[in-house]
Amino acid sequence: MSGKTLKIPIKRRDFIRRSVHTVVGLTIGGIGGILFSKSSSEEMVWQLDPNICIQCEKCSVNCVLPHSAVKCVHSYSMCGYCDLCSGYLQPGARVRDTGAESQLCPSGAIKRTFVEDPYFEYTIDEKLCIGCGKCAKGCNSFGNGSLYLQNRHDRCLNCNQCSIARRCPSQAWKRVPASQPYILKGDESNKFLKS
Amino acid sequence: MIQSRIHRGKIFIFAFLFVFPLFCMSQVPERFPKPDFQTDYTRPDLLTPTPRATALEYIDIFVLVAALSLASYFAHKQRSRRNIFLLMVFSLAYFGFFRKGCVCSIGAIQNVSYVVFNPAYAIPLTVIVFFILPLVFTLFYGRTFCAAVCPLGAIQDAVVLKPTQVPSRLENVLGVLPYIYLGLAVLFAATGAGFIICQYDPFIGFFRFGADFNMVILGMSMLLLGTVVARPYCRYLCPYGVLLNWLSRLSKKHVRITPDECNNCRLCEESCPFGAIKKPDEDVPLETKQVDVKRLAVLFIVLPVVLLGSGWVGSRLYAPLSRGHATVSLAEEILLENSGKRTEMTNATKAFRASGKPTEELFAEANSIQHNFKVGGWIVGGFIGLVLCLKLIGLFMRKRQIEYDVDKGKCLSCGRCFAYCPYEQVRLGIITPEEADKMGSREVKPKQFRA
Repeated sequence: MSGKTLKIPIKRRDFIRRSVHTVVGLTIGGIGGILFSKSSSEEMVWQLDPNICIQCEKCSVNCVLPHSAVKCVHSYSMCGYCDLCSGYLQPGARVRDTGAESQLCPSGAIKRTFVEDPYFEYTIDEKLCIGCGKCAKGCNSFGNGSLYLQNRHDRCLNCNQCSIARRCPSQAWKRVPASQPYILKGDESNKFLKS
Repeated sequence: MIQSRIHRGKIFIFAFLFVFPLFCMSQVPERFPKPDFQTDYTRPDLLTPTPRATALEYIDIFVLVAALSLASYFAHKQRSRRNIFLLMVFSLAYFGFFRKGCVCSIGAIQNVSYVVFNPAYAIPLTVIVFFILPLVFTLFYGRTFCAAVCPLGAIQDAVVLKPTQVPSRLENVLGVLPYIYLGLAVLFAATGAGFIICQYDPFIGFFRFGADFNMVILGMSMLLLGTVVARPYCRYLCPYGVLLNWLSRLSKKHVRITPDECNNCRLCEESCPFGAIKKPDEDVPLETKQVDVKRLAVLFIVLPVVLLGSGWVGSRLYAPLSRGHATVSLAEEILLENSGKRTEMTNATKAFRASGKPTEELFAEANSIQHNFKVGGWIVGGFIGLVLCLKLIGLFMRKRQIEYDVDKGKCLSCGRCFAYCPYEQVRLGIITPEEADKMGSREVKPKQFRA
């Protein structure tokens, strides 16, 4: 008799356990199903919109990487190939040459090469570029705006919460599909045209 | 009528004077024409290195599935602490140092809450898998994910040197923190304010060899604390641990200390650094029981009051909380500047004014976000109140415990206690069953048949 009364509550408990287990399992499955229906097989990656960017220099210091994943890129199709380049030369530089004292770039990452009179080509050495955007600011203020910042995906770790995006004052950062990972200016913008 | 016309005129002049030039500034014109080269110069291409291939994400998923299966196998079938430890080191190396700690299951909570309230966001498949799979495995095999797969758990487990038992009162108080953290993380992610779990991840700096100074300090102190209080983040902060705790209680199978039947030898008593071993009850005096029942009754009566109260407190906190959202803080700065209380513009307000977006639109957005925070505050506050009440109820409800067993919610299935059990030694063929029997009192289980 006493054995029976002992057994019954255990059975009931087991039954409750089992049904709760099933219900919870189904719930997780349901949540999973709903999420899958909203999912994309494609990764989302971080990018900054150069049309919103104000070149505040925060990109260079707020990346989790010791050397920021943000680099300056150059849209050659927009560039005026100016001799007096406001993205390359210090404002009020005495001479237009490649001397360190004339350069705006703090790390000397822009290379100035003579093309033909009066044109000069400017290329970015990404190994040296720190992503401060000083050149981009100069080019945007007085030039064609062909120098601008982009998040470089060979370096970016694609953090779940980008620590630059969090501190961006102009809210220029957003998640973009990995198949269109850059927001480019000029003719190059056709490269990742949204279909 | 006239007044409104004047008013409209003012707005127009204002727009013409301030907004229009700013708007023009944002659209940079081509000030210098494109050169017409005489030489055969060709423009170089703009290089666009691609992100990590999606195929590699599937490798992550595969590794996760394999690690979870192996962890469950090691814990349940092999009962081998050594293999669990080796797998843990592998996970630390792969998910931690190789994949730099992203994406992780803990952070995936936020992506999931974000997608629920922002349907435009397409949640990546890997994130879903990282969120769902450990939950499913926990529902079947207990928290084997925590034991050997989670890189955050692994880095703390590696520094457990001299663990001390946390006093049960302190443990109970600290045990509420993960619920608050979970509530806030979901609130912030759902309102689009940001992913605070990622922001305050103390160990990500180690995985990436670089972080904020503050975060490095936090991570170091967490690891230092971890030498004496085992896995402090897992036990007193981890929001994903809350979900795993619930599911682990319902788990179909869960690791047990003994492979056989407990003989109350007490050898395993101090073996768990996480305080997850339940001891057999001591005799509780009848008066204490009666007091407990009274307290329980009171708790059930005040439960709705506590729920409403904490919900109200949560909703009142909307102002400081919503400041975590960039739009709200921007709107407040704009308001300050417009009222003339601040004369110097910040980068954010400069950028906003240059964008030419009307301030009314910004204020409307900020208001709706604050409203979301109010509603969310009610829910999160109520949730925390409910958790507090349930924890108290759990303290006063005594479930009869007759032998040494794991606390299914807290147990991380790390396997440290296995070797302490004499019957485990029998299973491994080190001692004979008779020797094991002598260590405890298997026959004498006086409390088992207490009515």
